[in-house]
Amino acid sequence: MIVNEQVAVDHGLKKDEYAKICELLKRTPNITELGIFSAMWNEHCSYKSSRLHLKKLPTKGKKVIQGPGENAGVIDIEDNDAIVFKIESHNHPSFIEPYQGAATGVGGIMRDVFTMGARPIANLNSIHFGSPQHKKTKNLLRGVVHGIGGYGNCMGVPTIAGQTSFDSSYNGNILVNAMTLGLVKKDKIFYSKAAGLNKPVIYVGSKTGRDGIHGASMASASFDEKIEEKKPTVQVGDPFTEKLLLEACLELMAGDSIIAIQDMGAAGLTSSSIEMASKGNLGIEINLNKVPCREAKMTPYEIMLSESQERMLIVLEKGKEEHAKKIFDKWNLDFAVIGKTTNSKKIKLYFDEEKVADIPVNTLVENSPMYDRKWKKAKLPKKNKIKKEDIKHLKIVDVLKKILANPNICSKEWIWQQYDHTVMGDTIQKPGGDAGVVRVHGTDKAVAASVDSSAVYCWAHPLTGGKQVVCESFRNLISVGAKPIAITNCLNFGSPENEENMGEFVECVQGISEASEYLKFPVVSGNVSFYNQTKDEGIKPTPAIGGVGLIKNYKNMITMEFKEVDNLVLVIGKTEGHIDQSLFARNILDEKNGPPPEVNLFNEKNNGETLLKLIDNNLIKSAHDISLGGIITAVAKMCIKGKKGISIKKPKYLINEIEYLFAEDQGRYIIEINKKDFKKVADILDKNAVHFDELGTIIENELYINDKTKVTIDELLTSNKSWLTNYMSK
Amino acid sequence: MKSSVITFPGSNCDRDMDVALRKFGFKNKMVWHADAELPKSDLVVLPGGFSYGDYLRCGSMASKSRIMQSVINFANSGGMVMGICNGFQILVETGLVPGVLLRNKYLEFICKNVFVKINDKKNKYFKNVDNEVLEFHIAHNEGNYFCTNDQLKEIEDNNQIAINYCDENGKIEDKFNPNGSIKNIAGIFNKEKNVLGMMPHPERMIHASLSGEDGSLFFKNLINNLK
Repeated sequence: MIVNEQVAVDHGLKKDEYAKICELLKRTPNITELGIFSAMWNEHCSYKSSRLHLKKLPTKGKKVIQGPGENAGVIDIEDNDAIVFKIESHNHPSFIEPYQGAATGVGGIMRDVFTMGARPIANLNSIHFGSPQHKKTKNLLRGVVHGIGGYGNCMGVPTIAGQTSFDSSYNGNILVNAMTLGLVKKDKIFYSKAAGLNKPVIYVGSKTGRDGIHGASMASASFDEKIEEKKPTVQVGDPFTEKLLLEACLELMAGDSIIAIQDMGAAGLTSSSIEMASKGNLGIEINLNKVPCREAKMTPYEIMLSESQERMLIVLEKGKEEHAKKIFDKWNLDFAVIGKTTNSKKIKLYFDEEKVADIPVNTLVENSPMYDRKWKKAKLPKKNKIKKEDIKHLKIVDVLKKILANPNICSKEWIWQQYDHTVMGDTIQKPGGDAGVVRVHGTDKAVAASVDSSAVYCWAHPLTGGKQVVCESFRNLISVGAKPIAITNCLNFGSPENEENMGEFVECVQGISEASEYLKFPVVSGNVSFYNQTKDEGIKPTPAIGGVGLIKNYKNMITMEFKEVDNLVLVIGKTEGHIDQSLFARNILDEKNGPPPEVNLFNEKNNGETLLKLIDNNLIKSAHDISLGGIITAVAKMCIKGKKGISIKKPKYLINEIEYLFAEDQGRYIIEINKKDFKKVADILDKNAVHFDELGTIIENELYINDKTKVTIDELLTSNKSWLTNYMSK
Repeated sequence: MKSSVITFPGSNCDRDMDVALRKFGFKNKMVWHADAELPKSDLVVLPGGFSYGDYLRCGSMASKSRIMQSVINFANSGGMVMGICNGFQILVETGLVPGVLLRNKYLEFICKNVFVKINDKKNKYFKNVDNEVLEFHIAHNEGNYFCTNDQLKEIEDNNQIAINYCDENGKIEDKFNPNGSIKNIAGIFNKEKNVLGMMPHPERMIHASLSGEDGSLFFKNLINNLK
């Protein structure tokens, strides 16, 4: 096939990018080389629109062992233990083929983690669907949930937490973000940097097929009506093979044979070989006839661009080939020496004794395009004034029930019951709480993780929204008694070529940076997903933040269910009555405008750290952060989970009852304490200048507000639990 | 007491079972599926997971593994063999226990706590358990026990049902059946009751901070019965 500008454009490259390739090579690339450039230079692999802005993120900290740039981030959890973690998107494939798209998303992120030598110990996910009324939503939701479960369950890694939301902006572009945590010894972490000359390059895992060719390019483009034609670009997952690959890799890693290891994810053999060479400042030579292929007559182009799953590339110490092969034979996996490292600083590919590609590595990596895209700054919207007549007819109980049954608040048990969340025998906080918690096997330590996003806030004001998501993650970890350590982010946005979408990206990243800097909650890994748009319409900006924290002794973990009648319930943090962009405003008042709640980083940090002090002093019986739906929603959930009631007395503020109960001001928590500890708790809060309200007392079975409003917890449970089950069974 | 846990390609509860057995005093050995001989054992466990990816049919390929001939011989000579979840699926494929395990009635994987009623205590697995009802944990996609009417009659005549899904008070009703199993069956024995296959995972319930502690009760009792 003759390569020209049109062929390059068909590969998703821009005309000027093609001209740059010809200039760098000083000749016209052949088709295999063009395929390699298109794979390396697309948005998904090159981060060409985002790189400039991602540099702003704080990525360092005392506990950070490895920040962005590797397969995953690594943090120190003491005693020579480390946690490897990352979140990644699989949005485009999941919309085209929900089961396989979601499954391979989970498979891919687990591979990123065990590539570094860590055994995966927990999975999480953040999934977002279109309006429940949209005709595709139900099938997409079912497919995605089955796919996540199908892969994670088979791998034997518990899925311990997640987040699901519905919004019409996802009608044509669902989001599927998967996160994995792995456990590794600090001195046994593996990296992808190749080193040394003439070292054997090894291919292990599944055979290479024709699936997923151009997957990364597909994920770098918007959708149109021809979307169904893209099905062949979606990979097919085989969790069984990945389980074998995991065990085989960990067995090989126990020794000292591996110099570098890299999984074949997006852009398969192309990106894995080039990344290893690039990091090691080396060249690499591969004989493509040696690559194990599933299908006959695969061309060099197909072999290099296949995204077949469950494959790894390893640079081995010389002489260790037999030892390594034995391990992969034992696990029934393919093993092939396909090439070697060289000092040419080029990637050279051979097929049928002919050279089929010869490209300087730096042209693919350092010289890849980087754009300073135009972007538009968002204005802070004006506040709405709530009119008395709009709310005076509202009955709090009716509103509460409606909110509890809202698709974005309701119980997601239908989803997480389909995920094995208890395998590995260390899950001490199951899905449905503020964060999932697993013990560090064989120790008293535990690791907490949560994943959050607030698309509505980010859409209303990206800078504030970006800050808020990081704070929410911080709060969720603190609510279970964990000290927050670091985050990973999955930045899901529309087209970077649209100034408004690009502005949302830039400002959300700015917000994330400010909050993570202030909270000392650095970003250690992540991924950007642009082009989540169909035709001209982008999704609401949806940065998802995966937070990880440490509980030094798992016995001090906190859960959110109310524990005991007669205990006191306090609200930590000040309630100002911010209603704009709240679930209440959007769903009850049908008011979609206005600014999101303001984020005060000082209060976030101070309130959170003070709560941790209370927890350390064994003064907290239960805790829950206040987010969507405000105080009353948070309290109702604590009642439902604990099968207890509460008698609430609204503090004498200037704001009215509705504002007090449904406002979504930030930096707040509900806590339960024993009456006799009140003075101790109040002293610590006062000493740290933390505002608190006395909200009420725990009682049996019913929720009272100021002695007049009353509802049974069973009724609230029914509202909260039935929506999703009913929706999926219809 | 010596135990052996068989690891098949795709087993994923083998470590959890090892942890549980050791915790309650077993000297446990992990045995590779391609081995020919079983080590000397008082108990052999086929753990949960997705042996051979559950491809073809759950448990079917594992039932033909090299080690399984030794396991079958061991069982036929009266040795204690317990299959949990995928292990249960392997047991039905070997024919050591009757029946089959179909896909869950609602076609969904299900992971949650359930209550089971002990149907028979005249065996080494449940003898001396004080409780009538245990809270166990299930996590499976194919736990819907099924057998022919003739088989069912034989199973009932021989008192081979080990445990049934029920509520916390031991009431066995359809609404407490998580997967559509015939007669709410969660576990069954072979005729001699030395072989037990069950869907619930007692190994996940061995600490108060986990899903519960009735698994501890089960293992403590089991090792005492074997002494």
